[in-house]
Amino acid sequence: MFDFLEGYDVLGAFWMTVKLTAVSAVGSLIWGTLLAAMRVSPVPLMRGFGTVYVNVVRNIPLTVIILFSSLGLADIFGMTMGSDDFDVQGFRLAVLSLVGYTAAFVCEAIRSGINTVPVGQAEAARAIGLSFSQTLTLVVLPQAFRSVIGPLANVLIALTKNTTVAAAIGVAEAAYLMKTMIENEAQTLLIGVVFAFGFVVLTLPTGLILGWLSKRLAVKR
Amino acid sequence: MSSVLYDTPGPRAKRRNVLFSALFTVLLALLLWWVWQKMDDKNQLDSALWKPFAQSEAWTTYLLPGLANTLKAAALAMVIALPLGAVFGIARLSDHRWVRGVSGTVVEFFRAIPVLLLMLFANEFYSRYTDVSSDDRPLYAVVTGLVLYNAAVLAEVVRAGILSLPRGQTEAAYAIGLRKGQTMSSILLPQAVTAMLPAIVSQLVVIVKDTALGGVMIGFTELLNSRGTLAANYANVIPSFIVVAIMFIVLNFILTSFASWLEKRLRRSKRSTGAVLGVEKVDDLNAAEVGGSYGAGAGGGGI
Repeated sequence: MFDFLEGYDVLGAFWMTVKLTAVSAVGSLIWGTLLAAMRVSPVPLMRGFGTVYVNVVRNIPLTVIILFSSLGLADIFGMTMGSDDFDVQGFRLAVLSLVGYTAAFVCEAIRSGINTVPVGQAEAARAIGLSFSQTLTLVVLPQAFRSVIGPLANVLIALTKNTTVAAAIGVAEAAYLMKTMIENEAQTLLIGVVFAFGFVVLTLPTGLILGWLSKRLAVKR
Repeated sequence: MSSVLYDTPGPRAKRRNVLFSALFTVLLALLLWWVWQKMDDKNQLDSALWKPFAQSEAWTTYLLPGLANTLKAAALAMVIALPLGAVFGIARLSDHRWVRGVSGTVVEFFRAIPVLLLMLFANEFYSRYTDVSSDDRPLYAVVTGLVLYNAAVLAEVVRAGILSLPRGQTEAAYAIGLRKGQTMSSILLPQAVTAMLPAIVSQLVVIVKDTALGGVMIGFTELLNSRGTLAANYANVIPSFIVVAIMFIVLNFILTSFASWLEKRLRRSKRSTGAVLGVEKVDDLNAAEVGGSYGAGAGGGGI
């Protein structure tokens, strides 16, 4: 029944999806936290930059960003991302685009987390003489992170699904393989079910584990 | 909130802030200058590349028909997905366990799958099993994919909208002798629709962004796809990308602003029950919360 899977590296394609997700998740967490810090900082110019970045990036389709990274950055500006190999280059460009796009959502999640930290915490931190960066990194952010695990899990799941857009620039991940297979094999429905099942397997544990973690780590107030 | 994180700047803090501003300005300026240099190096600033956008031909032949197709697919998807979502959302609140179970499974399944997979599948399905002409097929496939995914998301919006109403509404309806169906159709739904409006409008942003997928992967001639044809004609890849990105930003910014305006207005109005689903709700719903709700209540995320 499943002999149509022969000759196709389905597991390899999903492994590529996992790699894209993992690398982009780390990158967007770092860049998103930096953006969030900028958006609450005392320097008006940084606040402005953060706001503009988030609002611009959130309103562009990810497809436009990823396609631009390949047709614009790589082809015209010659950004080879440190590799001449087409596959490696495509992977790195996809990660770059995913990080830039997802960071906007991470930033908004963390900012809303900062808003859940009681005002008294920040006031107490300032009262004992901590500076802005100390207040943020020692008092507010650690509490904020614990309360945004739920929303961040949502961003991670959305990111997992968004990695399929990398198929637009030929990164050999799950959606790209599905497109090839569905065009060449007769079992349209079965192929659809196999790939849908793959994504359910990827997203279901993420939701369950992080949901459990967010309840466990929630700051009791 | 932000002002809580730091004291009102005194003379020293003011000096420091100015210093940081200056540093940041220099960094930004360097970045912009570098981008400008790069563009100049590759001759992307030549007026010949930008000129087409000042003439009507580029707009009437490529960009506006593309935009029209984007809007058409988005509108169709929303119009079809909304009643479907309402049905599934109400079914998830049913008193019968099997109705709840089936609709719950369907909704969670379609929220867990990337839209692109649904589009690719629909495209192939139509070409193999139906006689939809190959001209119409991309539109059909894009709309099908968007409808399946967004009906699932809207089902959650509808459910949340109905659950956000005060319990007294249902109790009062039962007290005056209405049946379950009557309570739903004449008491709960009309109020829930008002509560859902901002969330529905911001879901449109997600739909508009997702149409672009159809343009690249299954050849639907929407805005991003028309950009390709335009760039092939005038050989201006970078300018065409910039113009198309700006068009998307403006369109989505209008939708987002409209949603927040609606939210504010509904929260203020005295005639509603006070239940309003905000823009942030949609961000949460757009990632499949397969593990159930986290109850953190903060926004962020989504496609």
